[in-house]
Amino acid sequence: MSIADTLGQLALFADLTPSQLAAIAHTHEEDVFAQGERVLRRGLSGGNFYVILQGEAAVEVEGEERHILGRGEFFGEISALTGEPPAADVVARTVLRCLVIPAAQFERLLLERPQFMLRLLRMEARRLQGTVEWRQ
Amino acid sequence: MAAVERPFPPGDYDVVVVGSGPGGLQTSYCLRSLGVRHAVLSRDDRPAGMFRHFPIFQRLITWTKPDAPVEKTAREYEWYDHNSLLADEPELKAVMPGLMDRAFDLPSRHEMEAGLVTFAERAGLDVRYGCTWESTRQEDDGLVLVTSDGEYKARAVVFALGVTEPWLADVPGLEHASHYVETRDPARYQGREVFVVGKRNSGFEIAQGVLPWARKIVLGSPRPVQMEALALSALRVRYLHPYDEYSRGGPGTYVIDVTIERIEPLGERFRVVTHGTTWDGTLEFEVDDVIAATGFRTPLQDLPSLGLVTVADDRIPALTTWWESVSLPGAFFAGNASQGARGLGKRGAGASSSSVNGFRYNARVLAEQLARRLTGWEPPRERVDDIVAFLLHELSSAPDLWVQKGYLCRAVSRSDDGWRDEGVMPLAHYLDAVEDDGAAASVEVDEKGTILPTLYFRDRGEIREHQLDPHPLHEYESEPYRKHVAALVG
Repeated sequence: MSIADTLGQLALFADLTPSQLAAIAHTHEEDVFAQGERVLRRGLSGGNFYVILQGEAAVEVEGEERHILGRGEFFGEISALTGEPPAADVVARTVLRCLVIPAAQFERLLLERPQFMLRLLRMEARRLQGTVEWRQ
Repeated sequence: MAAVERPFPPGDYDVVVVGSGPGGLQTSYCLRSLGVRHAVLSRDDRPAGMFRHFPIFQRLITWTKPDAPVEKTAREYEWYDHNSLLADEPELKAVMPGLMDRAFDLPSRHEMEAGLVTFAERAGLDVRYGCTWESTRQEDDGLVLVTSDGEYKARAVVFALGVTEPWLADVPGLEHASHYVETRDPARYQGREVFVVGKRNSGFEIAQGVLPWARKIVLGSPRPVQMEALALSALRVRYLHPYDEYSRGGPGTYVIDVTIERIEPLGERFRVVTHGTTWDGTLEFEVDDVIAATGFRTPLQDLPSLGLVTVADDRIPALTTWWESVSLPGAFFAGNASQGARGLGKRGAGASSSSVNGFRYNARVLAEQLARRLTGWEPPRERVDDIVAFLLHELSSAPDLWVQKGYLCRAVSRSDDGWRDEGVMPLAHYLDAVEDDGAAASVEVDEKGTILPTLYFRDRGEIREHQLDPHPLHEYESEPYRKHVAALVG
């Protein structure tokens, strides 16, 4: 299946037309990681925004698994938006296929495609809600 | 006359290299230098097969400067010569500048082919030519290649197959188009209207080639043209004239961002129905020729059926930082397919692994890693007395770091008896797997193309990252830099 077709199945991109999806799929690279490979590194600059197309990733703090991310979920958005290095590592739990969007282009995409931005904000809000509930 | 015995008969080897292009030759040269027992197989009858055919119209896009501020035998000269393979012996270094006519600082493909043939001859590299790899199977501790000459078993196979098999994008009706590889004499396009599907290297190369002949040229693909990215790519060197004509409103040349809904035959002509990706609307074209410049794939044969996973619409093998398949252990890749390892990709930047200048270094680092794994080889680990000068010299003029920006680094370790050189390795490996205290130097780049000389210090498991200030001449060996790094070293 093409990258554009895969994106079309993910909630994050549900409001975009096939042509818009094709532009995203052809503009950004796909990257595949081996099981156990690090994708995002705590404390290092220059991290990208990643959308999981296939497989699972673990968010790790000091080697301890805190959260598991699967198909259609994303990571790296906080450091891509703030310019600060990530506060956690992200490690592939299986062979992991991601769409990679560098920070500068992530910002451009959010501004060009407000429907995508709204979907991302909703998912981010749910994550935040989960964190707050967990802390109470 | 006695028959000449062909090298590398079927049997067991530590490593088998498949391919006799620049990736295969560089890997074999480095494995031989490190004393790794290996065979090299090629279905061709001589080296450099790809350069006998491609690129069709144009020169290469990587430079070789015959005159430079450093001697041709110096390591630093490699930065001025992106087309020669790497070697230790003076007579094998910098082969390319001696073969170029100086019409351009970019070699023609004939010059490139001559350079590789000359290197193979001078180095006395053995290749079993006329030996075709037919199928593959996994065995307990390695892979078995079934070839036209018999079976080869190896603990590691390095596939240096290029990215040379024509690939068609999934566009309805694209099968009516001719592929880039079928394009021949540009005069054939005299007075014709041509639609080129694709806006990467081969698309622009074809458009540039037929520009003096065709009546109308349209280049179309979904990816928006990003001038700031193109301005930093090697493509700009030769191929951007069609885009220049379009952006200045030149008649008859168009470069558009579209998905192609379908291509249909219309008698002798074709109709191409497109939809905008960066603009709303539909455009239809009636043209004489449609050329598919949608790229190439690595000829992986049956490897996917053994579990090999790919990237980029199934065109390239997905690789670890050491260029091993992420899913098929023992299958390594050299040459153009080594682009399947993206490395850290900080700020979206990629390495130059799709051209000789970058993958020659990948091949050398891979050969060292295979030697370490298979024969217990260790690097010399020479003592570094002036660590500040060492790191700053690497950042200023190490060709491997300058070509493979953000991918390869120079690492040093620190112990009670001082600093030692650990050699060149993938930066991701240094950050994720090296445990000793020490440092690594890497040349990186930001999204605007600014060069960022970067140092990483590892101290009791913690990594500190430091970017040095940019310098307009990229010279980082002066006193202010020395002071800065001396303070970091502590």
